[in-house]
Amino acid sequence: MSVAESTDAQDETADAILSVGNIEVIYNHVILVLKGVSLTVPRGGIVALLGANGAGKTTTLKAISNLLRAERGEVTKGSITLNGEAVHALSPNELVRRGCIQVMEGRHCFGHLTIEENLLTGAFTRTDGGAAIRADLEKVYGYFPRLRERRSSQAGYTSGGEQQMCAIGRALMSRPQMILLDEPSMGLAPQLVEEIFEIVKQLNESEGVSILLAEQNTNVALKYATYGYILESGRVVLDGEAHELRENEDVKEFYLGIGSDDRGSFRNVKSYRRRKRWLN
Amino acid sequence: MELLTGIFVTPFVQMVTLPDFFLQVLWEGFVGGVLYALIALGFVLIFKASGVFNFAQGIMVVFAGLTLVGLHENGVPAYLALILTIGVMGLLAILVERFVMRPLVNQADIILLMATIGLTIFLIGLGEFIFGGEPKQMITEELGLPTGSTAIEIGSDGLLILQHIDIAAAVIAITMVAILGVFFNKTRIGRALRAVADDHQAALSVGISLNQIWAIVWFAAGIVALATGIMWGARSDVSFALEIIALKALPVLILGGFTSIPGAIVGGLIIGIGEKIGEIYWGPLMGGGIESWLAYMIALIFLLFRPQGLFGEKIIERV
Repeated sequence: MSVAESTDAQDETADAILSVGNIEVIYNHVILVLKGVSLTVPRGGIVALLGANGAGKTTTLKAISNLLRAERGEVTKGSITLNGEAVHALSPNELVRRGCIQVMEGRHCFGHLTIEENLLTGAFTRTDGGAAIRADLEKVYGYFPRLRERRSSQAGYTSGGEQQMCAIGRALMSRPQMILLDEPSMGLAPQLVEEIFEIVKQLNESEGVSILLAEQNTNVALKYATYGYILESGRVVLDGEAHELRENEDVKEFYLGIGSDDRGSFRNVKSYRRRKRWLN
Repeated sequence: MELLTGIFVTPFVQMVTLPDFFLQVLWEGFVGGVLYALIALGFVLIFKASGVFNFAQGIMVVFAGLTLVGLHENGVPAYLALILTIGVMGLLAILVERFVMRPLVNQADIILLMATIGLTIFLIGLGEFIFGGEPKQMITEELGLPTGSTAIEIGSDGLLILQHIDIAAAVIAITMVAILGVFFNKTRIGRALRAVADDHQAALSVGISLNQIWAIVWFAAGIVALATGIMWGARSDVSFALEIIALKALPVLILGGFTSIPGAIVGGLIIGIGEKIGEIYWGPLMGGGIESWLAYMIALIFLLFRPQGLFGEKIIERV
């Protein structure tokens, strides 16, 4: 590696809010789920983490937010740094205090609490007083006017879209710098997916929140993200600028479903698999 | 025929002809029920927040009572002893969280249940080691709790006798429940507690510290145990035998639902009143002594028809 390159690499990490270096995750001391995943989220960026079911997207996010430990998972190798600080040993509580919060897959709203109470739980770690929290509550209602209408309904009785908004709004209440957003499109109508992604984009632009987005809906994710990583069986197999990935033949065929005619046969699939190994 | 009359006619005739006696029975049942409700409340608090069935709740009642009396016996003024006992229950909560709950997080429910049984045995040993095994007199007067009784005349020659300590027990229990209600619904910590009860994972994800919450619920359960210990102690005395009455909380929980505070109250009252009335009016048919198992019978019948209890949390499911 030349001198010029190494300084480049350092510039990149200095500008990154989050960087994950070659992590391995093992569940229950036996099941190896991530086999060396590295990624970087630039400050103020939206980065997409793509891949099929079981590729390791959720595990990667949980390794960062450290919700993993509650599921008897463990990061056994590699490093995770947030704002230049090593954070792999911190509890989720401490991470939220440092501005990194996860919005879990499947919403996970508190069903018996009202929408407003749900949002207020997001401010649990804050110590800047009731007035500031009230002001932020208004801001969240500004982004999600629907939540204001449903503020006193029990979250369990609201629609899937409203719950997704509630989950994102709840995370916002912690005043995050970095949101780990897991599968926000799950189970939602395409129109609603667009609506939610538009709001996420707005949040990113006007609040300066960086976002790491795990998505199966590659199409929408690459539309809103600036950079993307593709995971397969616990490894990053491809990464690049979002517009490059959108044009990439492999991505088109395997994740966007718009492959060209001559790549339809199984032999070509095998060639894709072979080529993929070179990327590691 | 005689048996049928004994079951279906005589008891009701007795109730109507001796209304003051009937009221007396109701009152006794009510007071017993309030105390069952308090014990059940301790179980519900911990079960809601951590899904742990805390077998040690009964011994916590005894332990709190013994600490209070023991401190006073050693020359500590009553009110100071009360405050110190609250402190001891707080310390116990922190230790249990640190050395029982935290290392066992995510283990199967049965393992946590076993751990609380272990805790029970440990507390019995510790209590006997420090305070000895002898029953102790509760320091009722020193704590400023009322003694004596009031007789209310009913009709021309009926009398209803209310023990002042029983009235105080009811008032304290009701106040406690009201405070808990406000705490759960209006405060930041209370909201976090309910959030944890709904979804552990999500609570973790928004930065709620489960360790902190667990310590708080164990402390709350400890305070409830202390109140129960004082009230039961005032009615009989403080001894390890009290531990057994904690098992009466089981039918109360089955009736009221494991996750509901109002359920614990109503369940407690139903069991308390039901077993007293059963004992007095139907007990003689079977030679008496049915009070000890009637509660379990009521709970068993309930289980057949409403397994989630009267107020068991409705599981919200969207379809």
